Amino acid sequence: MTYLFVFITGGIICAIGQVLIDKTKITPARILSLFVTLGVILTFLGIYEPIVNFGKSGATVPISGFGYSLFKGTVKAIEEKGFIGIFTGGITATSGGIAAAIVFGFLASLFAKPSLK
Amino acid sequence: MSGDYFMNTNINITNSEYDDLISSKATKSSLLKNIIIAFIVGGLICCLGQFITDRALDFGIDKEVANTISCITLIFIGALLTALKLYSRIGKVAGAGSTIPITGFSNSVVSPAIEFKSEGFIFGIGANMFKVAGPVLVYGITSSVILGFVYYLIHYVF
Amino acid sequence: MKVGKQTIKFETLPCIFSTSSMVGPKEMQGPLASYFEQSSNDIYFGEKTFEKAESKMLNTCINHLISKNGLANNDIDLIFSGDLLNQCISSSFAIRDLEIPFLGLYGACSTFCEGLLLSSICIEANVAQQIIASASSHFCSAERQYRMPLEHGNQKSTTSQATVTGCGAALVTNSKKLDNGIHITYATPGKIVDLGVKDMSNMGAAMAPAVYSTIANHLNDTDRTLDYYDLVITGDLGVHGSDMLVELFKRENIDISSKHKDCGALIYDTTVQDVICGGSGCGCVASVFSSYIFNELKNKNLNKILLIATGALMSPLSSYQGETIPSIAHAISIENEVK
Repeated sequence: MTYLFVFITGGIICAIGQVLIDKTKITPARILSLFVTLGVILTFLGIYEPIVNFGKSGATVPISGFGYSLFKGTVKAIEEKGFIGIFTGGITATSGGIAAAIVFGFLASLFAKPSLK
Repeated sequence: MSGDYFMNTNINITNSEYDDLISSKATKSSLLKNIIIAFIVGGLICCLGQFITDRALDFGIDKEVANTISCITLIFIGALLTALKLYSRIGKVAGAGSTIPITGFSNSVVSPAIEFKSEGFIFGIGANMFKVAGPVLVYGITSSVILGFVYYLIHYVF
Repeated sequence: MKVGKQTIKFETLPCIFSTSSMVGPKEMQGPLASYFEQSSNDIYFGEKTFEKAESKMLNTCINHLISKNGLANNDIDLIFSGDLLNQCISSSFAIRDLEIPFLGLYGACSTFCEGLLLSSICIEANVAQQIIASASSHFCSAERQYRMPLEHGNQKSTTSQATVTGCGAALVTNSKKLDNGIHITYATPGKIVDLGVKDMSNMGAAMAPAVYSTIANHLNDTDRTLDYYDLVITGDLGVHGSDMLVELFKRENIDISSKHKDCGALIYDTTVQDVICGGSGCGCVASVFSSYIFNELKNKNLNKILLIATGALMSPLSSYQGETIPSIAHAISIENEVK
């Protein structure tokens, strides 16, 4: 049953993105920025947490979930460390993903050569 | 054919009329089909993420760490599929379904890294890796710090 | 001699003596494959980067044009060449070692006609006797300059076109070399037309009004009608842009569809080749003219054509700054039999 909720939540978020791409000429690169910012805002407003409780990975795997992790980490750090947490919390919570993307990107560029399919 | 000897050299159409004409003639992408594919592919990638998280939890790993493991694994898969030149093929069909999940973020970091290798390690790979995905970090981090500040004010100052 | 408002009449009848073309693997899967003189299965053309590949392709093409006509490099008085890359590097590096006077051009996809036009003017003015006009483009080098990385997973717009990996070179001489007698009789350099299209993935529609303007001026200036020509060939409007051109003529009660063909639509089979609306890029009109069309002229299947190369003169930078796409089209009247 969990997987059904995951599937539906993740599917809906992606479908919204597809509608925006097809209907508004917003390019995919802009969609990513838009969604991550929306993730932060919705988390701040307390709207995203219930979505995560319902859809689990369906809400955390889309890039809006990256925004969720950023803001959640910020709140956690503020509670633990006070003011400085505003700056340290977000990236601390998402550091795994960012470091992985950089390292895998670097490694991939060593082995792969661009070409036509 | 026209008997018109002297043609009108001025284009007899306003910019907005021309824009309408373009819209009426352009092939429409089949929105419904695109949405369904995006829904399915996006949903499946999220399920894969859930599956990895659940397996990690089975090993008695803490929930937050399990989520991070899942995130890193998906990023690895995205990077691998990009390096194998498969992610662009998936993206052509799945659209937002493969752009919006974290694997798509990975694809937007890895694809310029591969592409700009020809300009060397520093000005090629290093300088261009975040050419596409950089804005995600800029706006994600900026908005979280600003709203974090607001949160701090609300909860600790007032 | 200037005739009418913006047309040049060539009284000495400059002659397109010979052409040469070279393309990449995808173009060889298209319907014009048998017409291209040279091709490479390797998208890198044996080089390390896409930019070097494009230069190598153009260099090979120009060398072939010179040698197959039994000429040496120093027989060529001048080369006009251009491409899509910043600072025109494909042409510069292709021509670097040829030791032929070189004038680099940028007219986006209109470059090839711009080169033919300038060549004809030089022949007419008798300042040069044998000139090469060439242009090139490469899908991968253009993609990384104008669009997303090759491995980035995204969907292309339904109006987009794919840059052709190809090049073409034409040897323009004075009419004393009357072997085949394919002459450039008139040229109409275009004015920039901009109807406010901003969409970089819909360049065909952005350029169609420029084509309309140039054709209309050309016909007025030369006292001709469309009936005069066997074919009006545009460079790179693609399927959608061609539709737009037909619509623009329809508004003047002229049916151009039966006379019109587009190089971008000719070079690929748009139904199976995953190119959406067809080809684009400097190399599109250059390679299609230098192979298929020149062949048809030589075999007298076509005798009077109006070749119109179109250019979308934006850059990624201007687009990010919110600018619209200024477009241009240069027309050249190429005729077999001259009275």
